[in-house]
Amino acid sequence: MLPKIARIQLMSSHPQVYDPCDDSFALVDALLADRSNLIKHRPSICMEIGCGSGYVITSLSLLLGKEYSGGAYYIATDINPHAVTVTRETLESHGCHAEVVNTDIALGLEKRLARSVDVIVVNPPYVPTPEEEVGCSGIAAAWAGGENGRRVIDRILPVADGLLSDKGWLYLVTLAANNPLELCLEMRKKGYASRIILQRSTEEESLHIIKFWRDSDVLMDANERVTVNKTGNGMASESAAFSPFSIWRRGNQNV
Amino acid sequence: MRLLTHNMLSSNIKGVTNGFPLLIEAVKVVEKEVDFNEDFLKNMFVKVEWKALVEASRTLGYTELPESAEASMLDSDEFLRKFHHALLELHLEDGALVCPETGRKFPVSKGIPNMLLHEDEV
Repeated sequence: MLPKIARIQLMSSHPQVYDPCDDSFALVDALLADRSNLIKHRPSICMEIGCGSGYVITSLSLLLGKEYSGGAYYIATDINPHAVTVTRETLESHGCHAEVVNTDIALGLEKRLARSVDVIVVNPPYVPTPEEEVGCSGIAAAWAGGENGRRVIDRILPVADGLLSDKGWLYLVTLAANNPLELCLEMRKKGYASRIILQRSTEEESLHIIKFWRDSDVLMDANERVTVNKTGNGMASESAAFSPFSIWRRGNQNV
Repeated sequence: MRLLTHNMLSSNIKGVTNGFPLLIEAVKVVEKEVDFNEDFLKNMFVKVEWKALVEASRTLGYTELPESAEASMLDSDEFLRKFHHALLELHLEDGALVCPETGRKFPVSKGIPNMLLHEDEV
């Protein structure tokens, strides 16, 4: 029997809320593909930042389901007040329990949930747009990403870093235009390994779903590089450390 | 909004040193049954600020939680059931969460708290 995910027929909707689309489906497909790892991972707290219609958080809750006895606390946030209502309705119609908070990324939750969240999923506003379109509270908040589509992603990543537990995993939807390689290098400096776990090209977009996790080897490399730079021997090791292939790590077998 | 969530929320208003826990103004409280899961409760116990949970549950009309709690109590089924009820089955549907330092109210509507700050509060 196939694992359950959210059903379109049960979804709630609203004109000011982003309906599930290729990017939402791609993220859920990536989570489905990683399902056995996720179950072995036994997350206690799972969070979605930017829940929109509720398609992803509902699917995550269903696909992890009652499979493992630990159960999990699911929490979803969105800046759009209509989105949080739609998400709540979507969760209810699927019989799922999750908490929904109307907030900017994780404002209000960051202190108490610091280093506590085991899984974070994000389908951010990634579309390159003029800067003025970023941060409006209506439906444009779902896609407007400013220059290179990175404005909101760049705000989300440090927050995610603060929330993720030591074993925490972050799944992030990006476009080729967001420069995923650069994102991975920036996260590497914070001690995260990464892997593109799903790539999908539609007519309009080239989607890369990236999975990030903390890796002590990566953290050590990052710290060593800082030391080497200080002694002035930076150049040669900089280029080796930033070699595109070194950041795709297997590390822990479960990822 | 469950009390587990209330236990994870704090006021981030500029200048506030300790915005936790938020006080609760309850307008509508609903009880919703949730499957009992011992492992989940034991995981969450470590994270939960007990005093805040006791205070909050009393505000919502539930007085069964002991004043203080320690890990050894997790062996008692009776304790677990009370913990489960307070943490997961009491819902604030409508009301507000109040910043303990500034008195600023964060509205809760249809079970969803609004933690968005105004420009001058950031």
